[in-house]
Amino acid sequence: MSDSNKKKEMWEKIQKNQIFRAIFRTGGSITTHKQRVLVTLNNVFLHLHPVRLPKHAVKVKYTWCMGGLSFFIFLVLTVTGILLMFYYRPTVEYAYGDIVDLSEQVPLGLMREIHRWSAHLMVITVWLHMFRVFMTGSYKPPREFNWAIGVILLVLTMLMSFTGYLLPWDQLAIWAITVGANMAKATPFIGSAGPGSSLLAIGDVNFVHSASDAGFAMLGGRFVGEGALLRFYVLHCIGLPFVIMLFMIVHFWRVRKDGGISGPT
Amino acid sequence: MEQIKDFINIISAPQISFTAIILLFFFIFPPNDLFYKIHRGLRIHKLWTKGGGITIFSFLTIFFIFGITDQNFRMIVTKPDNVPIVALLYLVVFFLWFSLKQAYDNDKRIDEGKGPNEAEDAKQKVLVWPDLVYIELIAMVSVAALLLVWAVALGAPLEEPANPTVSPNPSKAPWYFLGLQEMLVYFDPWIAGVLFPTVIMLGFISIPFLDNNRKGSGYFTFKERKMAISIFLFFWLVLWIFLITTGTFLRGPNWNFFGPFEYWDKHKLVALTNVNLSELFYMVWQNKQLPSNILLREMPGFLLVGAYLGLLPLILAKTLFKKVYERLGPIRYSVFIIFLLIAISLPIKMYLRWGFNIKYLVSIPEFFFNI
Repeated sequence: MSDSNKKKEMWEKIQKNQIFRAIFRTGGSITTHKQRVLVTLNNVFLHLHPVRLPKHAVKVKYTWCMGGLSFFIFLVLTVTGILLMFYYRPTVEYAYGDIVDLSEQVPLGLMREIHRWSAHLMVITVWLHMFRVFMTGSYKPPREFNWAIGVILLVLTMLMSFTGYLLPWDQLAIWAITVGANMAKATPFIGSAGPGSSLLAIGDVNFVHSASDAGFAMLGGRFVGEGALLRFYVLHCIGLPFVIMLFMIVHFWRVRKDGGISGPT
Repeated sequence: MEQIKDFINIISAPQISFTAIILLFFFIFPPNDLFYKIHRGLRIHKLWTKGGGITIFSFLTIFFIFGITDQNFRMIVTKPDNVPIVALLYLVVFFLWFSLKQAYDNDKRIDEGKGPNEAEDAKQKVLVWPDLVYIELIAMVSVAALLLVWAVALGAPLEEPANPTVSPNPSKAPWYFLGLQEMLVYFDPWIAGVLFPTVIMLGFISIPFLDNNRKGSGYFTFKERKMAISIFLFFWLVLWIFLITTGTFLRGPNWNFFGPFEYWDKHKLVALTNVNLSELFYMVWQNKQLPSNILLREMPGFLLVGAYLGLLPLILAKTLFKKVYERLGPIRYSVFIIFLLIAISLPIKMYLRWGFNIKYLVSIPEFFFNI
């Protein structure tokens, strides 16, 4: 018996094995049309997609892959972010030192680099995804609502990036966040340095002052300090990812429910 | 060499570069038939062909190669956190060209009576497994490889430990917010940091409800959606990407402007002679004291802003935007014009600052209310 025959026999044996059948319902070698359909239907991740698509919808020149890549980069960020959380403590005392240790003590300490560059890249891919959707007129009915969800996802992406910017606790971080916090303090009515805030007072008692305004809520203090670091850490690692996941679920669901990826009718 | 650098330094000042971009913009991205005719007459549409693309990219690359030989340029561009913006510039230019090339190809096909390329493709159906799955796999692997190489080649920046008593000069927000920080030059934080982001977000969300042109859905086209694309690109390219680029590369210590080849001198002095409209109105033009009554003092500003947001939409509906008004109807038009005028107030404020040194149109520091 020749070698290739042996291999073939072995492969067939594996495919008939109970464990293999339990995991891969569709079977090992996917050759027939029916199997190709079943692969998409049987797999929870692939069934985000329809089984069949018009050909323009898979062409890179039409889709630019930007939406899918944004999601992929989000997953990269999640995985690297979880790894970073093993080493990082969000306190003024430890934060900076932990970041230094990350590059000097941790073997294969590339995770912070991958995390940071992925974050930048995700902002770019989300913008370009929006640009593609605009240029192909894909926001037009029946996809208006999904476009709105997309805009919110874009804002959330930038907020994710913004909250993460503070965590290294270096000069770059706290002063960038200070610029942002100063803007929050200038919010009309609810910011202590914003127009109208002084109107919200009874006699001499101001309701909106520097320890009760939008900036204070954002920072957990008057300045970027311990409170801000913890707040940004929790928002960055749990709060915003939770919200962004919810919106992503709706976004992907609506892509399918609104008739799949846009195309000429 | 030095003369070229000096020349580029001078023309990249926002007063000049921004004006040039605005003047050219509507010929490159014509919003209506008239501009479109000129656009084709001047053969600007050749930009969106293969030859045009090569020309654009050669210019961009030559500029960067030329720039990188200069020490000051190199220092700004190769800062680790600025690298993504160089990448962004290339990607934005590339995808702009890529989408418009397909759009113009489709326009030509539509003129000839054939449908867009996408319609031709859509006749054929393919299966997700394997036709889409392998494209996704290749895309994911390439990006993962890119990230790995990027991460190995370039360390993530880490500066001195945080010190609340020493503020770096300039302190900059993350790059994707630098458009907002750049607006701080012309507006108070409550406008640049709160009102504008809100308006930008609401404006974007309202696009599908304002654009009632049913054509051009699901394929690239320019001719069928001239106005929508022109307006969108104006905001996205000019008021967002341009401001981010300026804020990142051209703003140095004290948020002063520095040309791309200029040394970031901490002691550069820029004369600030900005005045408020009220001061101009009463003290300069009428040689009087400022009235003590706040409302009276700020009356010119209030009237101006009120006329801009209240009266101008009506005038425009009767004149320049007559067709737009007819197409959109009163409700859509009102929302559209308010968003548009708020957005355009930014360039207007820029020119008021550059031309007349106007700081605020309405200035009530007593209530932190400055426009």
